[in-house]
Amino acid sequence: MTSHEERFQALIDSEEKIESTDWMPDGYRATLIRQIAQHAHSEVIGMQPEGNWITRAPSLDRKAILMAKVQDEAGHGLYLYSATETLGVTRDEVVELLHQGKHKYSSIFNYPTLSWADMGTIGWLVDGAAITNQVMLTRCSYGPYSRAMVRICKEESFHQRQGYEILLALCRGTDEQKAMAQDSVNRWWWPSLMMFGPHDSASTHSEQSMNWKIKRVSNDDLRQQFVDMTVPQADYLGLTLPDPDLQWNEERGHYDFGSIDWDEFWQVVKGNGPMNRERLSHKIKAWDDGAWVREAAAAHAAKQARKKEVA
Amino acid sequence: MTESAIFSGGPQGMPIPTPDPHFAYVLRHADDNLVAAQRYGEWISYGPELEEDIALGNIGLDHLGQARSLLAHAASLEGRGRTENDLAMMRDERDFTNLLLIEQPNGDFAHTMARALFFDAYQVGLWQALSDSTDATLAGIAAKALKEARYHLRHSSGWLVRLGDGTEESHERSQRAVDALWPYTSEPFQPDAVDLAAAEAGLGPDPSSLESEWRSRVSAVLGEATLDVPTDPYRRHGGRSGFHSEHLGHLLTELQWVARRYPGLKW
Repeated sequence: MTSHEERFQALIDSEEKIESTDWMPDGYRATLIRQIAQHAHSEVIGMQPEGNWITRAPSLDRKAILMAKVQDEAGHGLYLYSATETLGVTRDEVVELLHQGKHKYSSIFNYPTLSWADMGTIGWLVDGAAITNQVMLTRCSYGPYSRAMVRICKEESFHQRQGYEILLALCRGTDEQKAMAQDSVNRWWWPSLMMFGPHDSASTHSEQSMNWKIKRVSNDDLRQQFVDMTVPQADYLGLTLPDPDLQWNEERGHYDFGSIDWDEFWQVVKGNGPMNRERLSHKIKAWDDGAWVREAAAAHAAKQARKKEVA
Repeated sequence: MTESAIFSGGPQGMPIPTPDPHFAYVLRHADDNLVAAQRYGEWISYGPELEEDIALGNIGLDHLGQARSLLAHAASLEGRGRTENDLAMMRDERDFTNLLLIEQPNGDFAHTMARALFFDAYQVGLWQALSDSTDATLAGIAAKALKEARYHLRHSSGWLVRLGDGTEESHERSQRAVDALWPYTSEPFQPDAVDLAAAEAGLGPDPSSLESEWRSRVSAVLGEATLDVPTDPYRRHGGRSGFHSEHLGHLLTELQWVARRYPGLKW
């Protein structure tokens, strides 16, 4: 080990944060760039399924909350792209990788939002799963990422509560509203469990990331945590989760649950989910349609700079 | 200005029903903001850059907040037990009295910014005047909204200058947008019976008193943006009497369908 490596490892071992100015192994840097950028992409792509319901929200108060939430997500994206930039890449570079299909984003956003209840379910289950993962990431060894997570988690927990509240209103409403909520949970439950990634045994990046303390808890442990937290919440709503094998295991002190359809998981990861193509082409179209605007802003700024020089 | 060719809406010989003018007065300003919020909501995830997605969402939220306060106030003035949501969701196209300008489609970013400039410049003057309303609730809403409108105007003016005085393409797009929306820019200043009654009661300004300041604000921005002030004499009025363009119906369809599909439910 070089003295650089020794110092780096010593910082990791003593639970101190790595900062952007510290020496770090190339693999650590590359892993973080990929992970943080993909996290940022997820926030930005995640605006689409929820943006899909902003103009159709059933009441003005719900519309206001949803708009604020989607705006938060854009803010998270911006914040995370800035964290990526501390590692020596630009936002434009990583966005380009997304557009080329070389970077991924959370697969959950490749499912369509088909009813108002989906705004509730996304808040409750999708943001809930995200928080489970992100609370862990507040302890990540990379300082800028862990600090970003602290802030983002605060807003995410508000998002989760508002989602749960949407479902609560539906479940206390008419039979039709409750059925809308149940249908939504039926569609989102399994994809939410897939958000934690493959089984530990099949997870390629996990071990190195755990050693580097980028990741602190394994995929399967996080998934179990999420299930344990969520089942009582579903009971309170009076909704069933679509898993006949779901039951409390006294001995383990955890809920047992059925096996995930890993074929579906890999299909969606590989680009063959219901909305992969639409999400990416929407993103690329918005970016391309905005090119003349960005060019105009740059041209105007250059003109102003020239005027200043002359004056 | 050259002689105007105003098409000022409303079928010939049909009297415009006026409910309580105070209610109608608050409601028209609520409608402006509700329709504006809906248009901004359509932009989300389509912005030219992430910062703009945030800005457009933020501006939309301001308008939505203004709309909600005004709708709630209108509902209480009416005193028939309707709520802000009833007023937003259960009225038809002909009952909406927003300006034609703000219901025009988003178009490209230049269209949205030109529409915003025209609307924001109007609102800054309006809110300023309404801050002195004899209706204390309305005055309170206006005082808060004025701060927001000043920020909106800074945003839209800044963009129009950048776009107008940016590249050849952005200049052309901006001029096209300004020209296309110009016919809708005299309606805000054309008083009708509701406005005159409101002015009489000290509720708000005679809208025609806001026009010269609007013109000088807008001309200054267009000048800095190297854009021409249109000379097209054609003018289109009618929003205030519910004689809309065909765009509003589609906007309301989206806004209202869930609420109408399940009337009376809580969400």
